[in-house]
Amino acid sequence: MASMTGSVDINHVTLTYRSAGGGVLALRDTSLNVPRGEFAAVVGPSGCGKSSLMKIVTGLVPPDSGDIVIFGDRVRGPVKIAGMAFQNPNLLPWRKVIDNVLLPLEIVEPHRRKFRRERQHYRDEAEALLKTVGLDGFSQRFPWELSGGMQQRVSLCRALIHQPALLMLDEPFAALDAFTREELWCVLRDLWQKLGFTVILVTHDLREAAFLADNIHVMSTRPGHIVMTKTVDLPRPRDLDICFEPHFTSIVHELRAKIAEVRKP
Amino acid sequence: MSSTLERLSPWLFTLGIFVLWELVCRIFKVDTFVLPAPSQIFQAVGQYWLPLAKNAFVTLWTTLAGFALAVAFGIVLGIIVGWSRTIYRGLYPVMIGFNSIPKVAVVPILIIWFGIGIVPAVLTAFLISFFPIVVNVATGLASMEPELEDVLRALGAKKLDIMLKVGIPRTQPYLFGSLKVAITLAFVGAVMSETIGANSGLGHLMVQAGSNFQMPLVFACLLGLAVEGIVMYAVFAYVEAYFTGWAFRSSMSAAA
Repeated sequence: MASMTGSVDINHVTLTYRSAGGGVLALRDTSLNVPRGEFAAVVGPSGCGKSSLMKIVTGLVPPDSGDIVIFGDRVRGPVKIAGMAFQNPNLLPWRKVIDNVLLPLEIVEPHRRKFRRERQHYRDEAEALLKTVGLDGFSQRFPWELSGGMQQRVSLCRALIHQPALLMLDEPFAALDAFTREELWCVLRDLWQKLGFTVILVTHDLREAAFLADNIHVMSTRPGHIVMTKTVDLPRPRDLDICFEPHFTSIVHELRAKIAEVRKP
Repeated sequence: MSSTLERLSPWLFTLGIFVLWELVCRIFKVDTFVLPAPSQIFQAVGQYWLPLAKNAFVTLWTTLAGFALAVAFGIVLGIIVGWSRTIYRGLYPVMIGFNSIPKVAVVPILIIWFGIGIVPAVLTAFLISFFPIVVNVATGLASMEPELEDVLRALGAKKLDIMLKVGIPRTQPYLFGSLKVAITLAFVGAVMSETIGANSGLGHLMVQAGSNFQMPLVFACLLGLAVEGIVMYAVFAYVEAYFTGWAFRSSMSAAA
């Protein structure tokens, strides 16, 4: 287990995707620092390599150059302390909600070894987690019986069940309607405040970033690198009403202007 | 009212076809040797029920034996092919080539190798029916969502974990869907082999009856084949719906 201090450090990372038509430079000399326990958001125009950032941080794809250090450990292969959630909930339709949430525990050590023996204990934990996201009483349902927003809540629970130190979110709320999305901002906010993990949230939605994050990192168009880091100095705990305050609006405006600037050819 | 009619309509249509057939044969006085009327066919069924039942049973179990081989072999090969892109690309053209060979052409070879009997029929049933199973299992594995794979890999899952937890379960609807196609093909294969060279089975009985000019018995054999084919298809359609109900419902919610 890593030490309790430290941060997620991305140091001068460059990444090229090799394809049949030659290489595509996805990230160029990208650096990013996220202290432990911080909620960081990465925003940028589409196709700027935000998702590539997710893949190199979790070690799914090795960078061409540069390195990634997570809480003192250099990333050499897939990291086991990260939870991930995407735009598509990707639940397994043949498993009940609770068994979808339990899936990571069947894979990640040391839970994997203890899973059969302590099944009831893990089930209780999963039920408790489902309760915190407002899915009390839905554990025995199948994913297709749930709405899109509820499926995304299950996906968040699955990402968090093994108590990862780092949560990676790739536009998790992009496919939801505006009301459900704001509901889930609050779910995520509460989970984060309760459990204290580190978050890197990749998103298109500037209001989402400003509402949730401590620091917002703006990426340029491809090849992506961080062009601006904006600290959100709004007090916590934040309420949805904060989205209508002038200071919130000015932060969103500033981000928007920066993205408009980097989008220009 | 209308739902009762809908439930009965397959039976009514079947009955209607037989009635029409009977009428055509009587009105135009069709020679029994050309086309026997249903009444004559059913009469033959009554007269020859013992040999019909015996040979139908042989055809049934040769089909099922070949089908069982095809399922076992098809699942294993499908998993191998679906496991990696390299194997998929390498083996796929070979399989297409093999599948393009009309199996009728292979039956004489099988008869030379294994003699006249049940073995060539079982093997023909197997050869003709394993291909859709392989293709479906491999497709099920190859079409796994890459993001889901990322979620699991980021947890430290090995390829084997991903296959056991996600790949193989999600292949189930593809597999069961292919079974009802495969059972029909296996049946075709078994009967084909029986008509070319065998000493039992409905195909064999049909050829014998034909060479004795017993046309009603030939058609009684065809009727037996049709009934057997429908029953086997229905069984596997039911198995599919029973085991993979989630796949039909989840495909609707995935679009939402």
